[in-house]
Amino acid sequence: MYDDALHMPRARQGQAPDVFRPGGWVPMREYRNDEPVDFVIVGTGAGGGTLACKLAEYGFSVVAFDAGPYFRPLEDFASDEAEQTKLYWTDDRIVDGANPLQLGSNNSGKAVGGSTVHFAMVSLRFRPEWFKSRTVLGYGADWPLDWREMWDYYTEVEQALKISGPVTYPWGPPRPRYPYRAHPLNAAARALAKGCEALGIDWTETPLATISAPRGLAHPCVYRGFCVTGCSTNAKQSALVTWIPRALAAGAEIRDLAMVGRIEVDDNGLVSGVHYHRDDGWHFQRARNVVVAGYAIETPRLLLNSATDRYRDGLANSSGLVGKNLMTQSNQAVWGVMDDEVRSYKGPPSLAITEHWNYADKGKDFFGGYAYMSQGPLPQLWANTQASAHGLWGGPLVEEMKNYNHVVGLKIVGEMLPQETSRVTLADEVDQYGLRIPRVTYSWCDNDKRLIDHSLKFMSRALQAAGAKDLWIQEDDTCHLNGTARMGDDAGTSVVNADCRSWDIPNLWICDGSVFPTVGGVNPSLTIQAIACRTADRIRAMARRGELNRSARRSSAPISATTDATASTA
Amino acid sequence: MHDRSRNRITQDRYPDYDVLAKRNGPSWNDKTREVIARRLSIDSQPLFFAAEEFETLTAIAARIVPQPASRPQIPVAALIDRKLHEGVSDGYRLAGMPREREAWRRGLHALDAEARLAFSERFAGLSGAQQDELLHRAEAGRLNAPEWGSMRCSDFFKRRLLHDIVLAYYSHPVAWNEIGWGGPASPRGYVRLDYNERDPWEAAEARPGHESEAARTNRHVR
Repeated sequence: MYDDALHMPRARQGQAPDVFRPGGWVPMREYRNDEPVDFVIVGTGAGGGTLACKLAEYGFSVVAFDAGPYFRPLEDFASDEAEQTKLYWTDDRIVDGANPLQLGSNNSGKAVGGSTVHFAMVSLRFRPEWFKSRTVLGYGADWPLDWREMWDYYTEVEQALKISGPVTYPWGPPRPRYPYRAHPLNAAARALAKGCEALGIDWTETPLATISAPRGLAHPCVYRGFCVTGCSTNAKQSALVTWIPRALAAGAEIRDLAMVGRIEVDDNGLVSGVHYHRDDGWHFQRARNVVVAGYAIETPRLLLNSATDRYRDGLANSSGLVGKNLMTQSNQAVWGVMDDEVRSYKGPPSLAITEHWNYADKGKDFFGGYAYMSQGPLPQLWANTQASAHGLWGGPLVEEMKNYNHVVGLKIVGEMLPQETSRVTLADEVDQYGLRIPRVTYSWCDNDKRLIDHSLKFMSRALQAAGAKDLWIQEDDTCHLNGTARMGDDAGTSVVNADCRSWDIPNLWICDGSVFPTVGGVNPSLTIQAIACRTADRIRAMARRGELNRSARRSSAPISATTDATASTA
Repeated sequence: MHDRSRNRITQDRYPDYDVLAKRNGPSWNDKTREVIARRLSIDSQPLFFAAEEFETLTAIAARIVPQPASRPQIPVAALIDRKLHEGVSDGYRLAGMPREREAWRRGLHALDAEARLAFSERFAGLSGAQQDELLHRAEAGRLNAPEWGSMRCSDFFKRRLLHDIVLAYYSHPVAWNEIGWGGPASPRGYVRLDYNERDPWEAAEARPGHESEAARTNRHVR
């Protein structure tokens, strides 16, 4: 049978792949294109996948689109870096600015489950003060969210993903016990611990979204170390094996290999559905609400590519902020070699962490914070780092690579400040669908550079204290993507409100890392998922109050074709 | 650049280690076997590049990742050729840089033009030292032949040439043997994670004076 996930949609004819059983299928509800569903969700990653699950479980009709394939991890995933580049978003993009970003493998997923299929599983809560960083800490922008409410949503996500974490977490207000025990430390993590202890700061086992004990049909992590190239054993709790199966069971439809190219706006200025490309042709799915969850590049790209005569600057863009305030996180590293064998390729790459510089405010000459973690690069990534960041080639490269099993490193996830000049715009060139491609412009500000300098000095001391020699610094690397459709309390200075609802078009929502006003110094996936859970609760509450189209809900009325097609008004 | 005086320059840190000895065992799943078998079956005939371009690329690869003649050669140029033939992309490029295929074609033609300008000879015909000189000048942004067009030679060097060649080399099991990496590991994974702990299915490193011991151990890796 011809079964190529990259070229043939798998979720169709009333079924979707069962990711837990080789060759297996699970039933899937399907909706007709002319049937207006309550919610079309564009993207199935940390934002869209989570929201699809929650909304379907609350009784809404949901179709979630993903431009990428519907993988079966147990069968499709090789233990091979080159093969697994199939997980990344590698459609054409242009990067510029003073510090052009690395995209693709670095931060962009194209699959059902989105970037969570290849994320490093590091699952951290924001520092509470970051939700009010302008007011409390004097930089960036305030979020319209209260940290105490977010604390409960973090708990929900940690339970849903069975996060494996330490018994007590050294920083921040109390949090519940992590559902699963922490993973053991590998040698690279022990080096981090030793450095922290020598310098007198706390460290802990990293809370990770990979299971340390069995869960249903998934086995505990076997420490194969290919986490960021896709987990072939389902230990990793990606959206693909957590939220998406729940979404299907609750009646959502997943449409894979379906690229949404434009959101349609009706005569009343409300969105009425999405134009999407699947099976070599364009189709139109009707919807009462559209949620954009394509991450911080594809989300603004879609909003900008959907411009109409009425919304000439793109949808939801009366503030002019769509695409602006793109924030990555600094991802600099210090590397060295140990006399001991480290073999950091074993286990999840970041088993130990310190958030000391996220929570300490003294001794800093910069705003914001950073965490740093132990590292476990696989050979291609490591060789590319030695070549591009260390400048080695020829004999020196090949010889240095022979130290691979002795390498140890520390790497930050650092807060970068929002700047309107770092942004996503549309280039004139088009992609394989005929859609204008994104131009991603990025430049570090002085504060970003001071944070990086501070971290590199500190980590150099820590790595030396751990016994590493021949230290060198990787100066130019960045990771996650956020911003470009920030949330706020004021329609003039934000794109969506606290409920991820656009100020301009009441039935258009944005639910992914794009809505972050600031990024903090932690990996964003847990916060994106917590926001999605909150958004689902808010949508349910609004629907109950009649602020959405109550009669559109499955629980109160059967889905009928057109009688309820008028969209809600706020 | 960092001081490598502590490094022993050895041809073989992991004598007789062969990651392929594990290919039928529990460290390789079927998908991995299929993918690596396909990679190992690549012959040295180009499908994307013209013969002259391929010759230039082969010469460049020999300078970026020099290989000892004493072991099977990694077909670096052919690996890159297949990737371009299949249209595999990084997914982003600097403003001013063409897409992958065009960047490679243009860069190879430009390097050949630079070789003719400087040494009246095609790149592949130069001595190793001459080739290195041109590559260093590309790296430093000091080549200006009109063939480069809008593409800066330093961008081509760092973001295409170096990147693609290094990734190709370290995608090959022979390179994995050279650095003592455990290789594919699904579903078996690893058990011993601490310092100086080695699972029996990992490469043993040769300590000075104990090379034959390591070789004996490595012959039993499965």
